[in-house]
Amino acid sequence: MHISQLSNLPSKPVLGVESSCDETGVAILRWVPEAPGSGLLAHALYSQVKLHADYGGVVPELASRDHVRKLLPLVREALAQAGMTPADLGGVAYTAGPGLVGALLVGAAAARAMAWALDVPAIGVHHMEGHLLAPLLEADPPKPPFVALLVSGGHSMLVEVAAIGRYRILGDTLDDAAGEAFDKTAKLMGLPYPGGPALAKLAEQGRAGAFRFSRPMTDRPGLDFSFSGLKTQVLLAWQQSDQSEQTRADVARGFEEAIVDTLVIKCRRALEATGTGRLVIAGGVGANKRLRETLAAAGQQDGFRTYFPRLQFCTDNGAMIALAGAIRLAAGQGQDEAVRVAPRWDLQGLQPV
Amino acid sequence: MRDAGRFACGVREFRTMNLLAIETSTEACSIALVHGQQVFARSELAPRRHAELALPMADALLAEAGLGRHALDAIAVGRGPGAFTGVRLGVALAQGMALALDRPVVPVSSLAALALEALEDEAAILAVIDARMGEIYAACYRRDGNGGLVVLDDERVCRPDALVLPEADVWNVVGSGWASYADVLRGHLTGGLRQADGDRYPQARHVAELAVREYQAGRAVAPEQALPVYLRDKVALTLAEQGRATP
Ligand SMILES: Nc1ncnc2c1ncn2[C@@H]1O[C@H](COP(=O)(O)OP(=O)(O)OP(=O)(O)O)[C@@H](O)[C@H]1O
Ligand SMILES: [Mg+2]
Repeated sequence: MHISQLSNLPSKPVLGVESSCDETGVAILRWVPEAPGSGLLAHALYSQVKLHADYGGVVPELASRDHVRKLLPLVREALAQAGMTPADLGGVAYTAGPGLVGALLVGAAAARAMAWALDVPAIGVHHMEGHLLAPLLEADPPKPPFVALLVSGGHSMLVEVAAIGRYRILGDTLDDAAGEAFDKTAKLMGLPYPGGPALAKLAEQGRAGAFRFSRPMTDRPGLDFSFSGLKTQVLLAWQQSDQSEQTRADVARGFEEAIVDTLVIKCRRALEATGTGRLVIAGGVGANKRLRETLAAAGQQDGFRTYFPRLQFCTDNGAMIALAGAIRLAAGQGQDEAVRVAPRWDLQGLQPV
Repeated sequence: MRDAGRFACGVREFRTMNLLAIETSTEACSIALVHGQQVFARSELAPRRHAELALPMADALLAEAGLGRHALDAIAVGRGPGAFTGVRLGVALAQGMALALDRPVVPVSSLAALALEALEDEAAILAVIDARMGEIYAACYRRDGNGGLVVLDDERVCRPDALVLPEADVWNVVGSGWASYADVLRGHLTGGLRQADGDRYPQARHVAELAVREYQAGRAVAPEQALPVYLRDKVALTLAEQGRATP
């Protein structure tokens, strides 16, 4: 059959399951190549943030225990949203890595077993591919080639996307990820877990120029990041300050500006190096307001376009997994019946689509 | 959400019932298929490979019995106690299958399944699994003479030296807890010891046997209500507790 005929067949909806860390996400998506967002039929999410807050961070065993309690009710919820029964599904996608191995296994096993029972294809999805394709769910989706800035709790990467599935890492963090830097700095300043969003909120009250921190690794060529030194600078400044509420907000503002400026400088470099005019931003830190505004402004100035996922699809969710899975299933890819998860997994080793 | 009680009616005759059982809570990965009076089973001692083996094993059994997946009436699972990851694997597989097939799940104690590894006699049975971290999962049973079990002492997690056993004239002891703590456990046994086998693991075929009875007694549940039983429930210290622990 010719490929054009294939794409005319209405593809059956794909169930997507995300359980790599502390969010259980489920979505149902029918693959619509021209407008992927229009094919999103349902999505449901449960965040474990409250559960882990008492422990000061994610406890892997507790995360796994919560996934196995929450996953099926979320699947039911998504099916109800879409007005479907399991028999209506044409495939199942699940996050197979990277992430917490026990947490991954819960989603992978339940999802793979569903596909087995329904006798439909299944596919294990790379979590970061999910993140970087999330902007495709918005109106006017970006077309490859583009550069993606992936900034989340576990990653800070600049990725050249030649085509879906063909990824080259242009720059990576040498130590902390951007989200991790937000969370750790917040903790040092006495903000409750998870600190990133709280720190960003606090920074809105901070005064410009009150504190200035360095923009790490921007004084030399290259696209790698390093954020752990910044954390130490902030701690020192905070300890030596009067520690008033206004000062806390000022320090937060200085920290956020340093991170955002650093990310923007590196994005500009990456776009220049690749000669690409499209920048995709994804991952939890992509929810940061200052980052979104500063990058959009830089784009207007330099003449590149920016593509962001809506806020709820910046952090972990099932929709991005359903999308990445649906694309790969539509290309005929799939997994055998062995349930396999990979806590570490190189994005560059993925099969092209 | 579907009503768990609904599954109690329309119970099929044992003869015609098809039930798939999964047991992955210890070193053994096993799957069994009840098809009327026949039981097909596969089991392998394959630490760390359970996730890879389970579904292909299930396929092999269905093929052997000449059954399709939709012919299954219920999914049974050894819901623990055991290794946390293994317990969750079995439960997640059972949940996923059952939801997709619109069938109920029959959760069965992995210690009860282990107890059926003991000799078929009148002795009291101590089923005991090495729980790591210096502890055991243990429960006591005796056979009811009808293929089932009577619980003498409920399942628990404890240090081997803190185990308290009921009085019995003669004991059969099975499970990895014996392999690790034979000396300590022997000291707790009041009566004689007939069988002591530390090389026994819960098997899906016994999960299946127990599950058929549970199913017929109307104790199948909706898939989302089939949940792991870990017994060890304190797995981390909260910030407040950490503060108290480090003065
Ligand atoms: N508004 C915000 N400003 C800054 N950081 C934020 C904001 N909102 C969320 N974050 C950060 O985003 C991170 C969570 O994002 P995400 O859920 O994508 O990460 P993850 O899934 O934990 O990590 P990974 O995807 O790398 O495995 C956290 O570190 C959080 O602090
Ligand atoms: Mg993520």
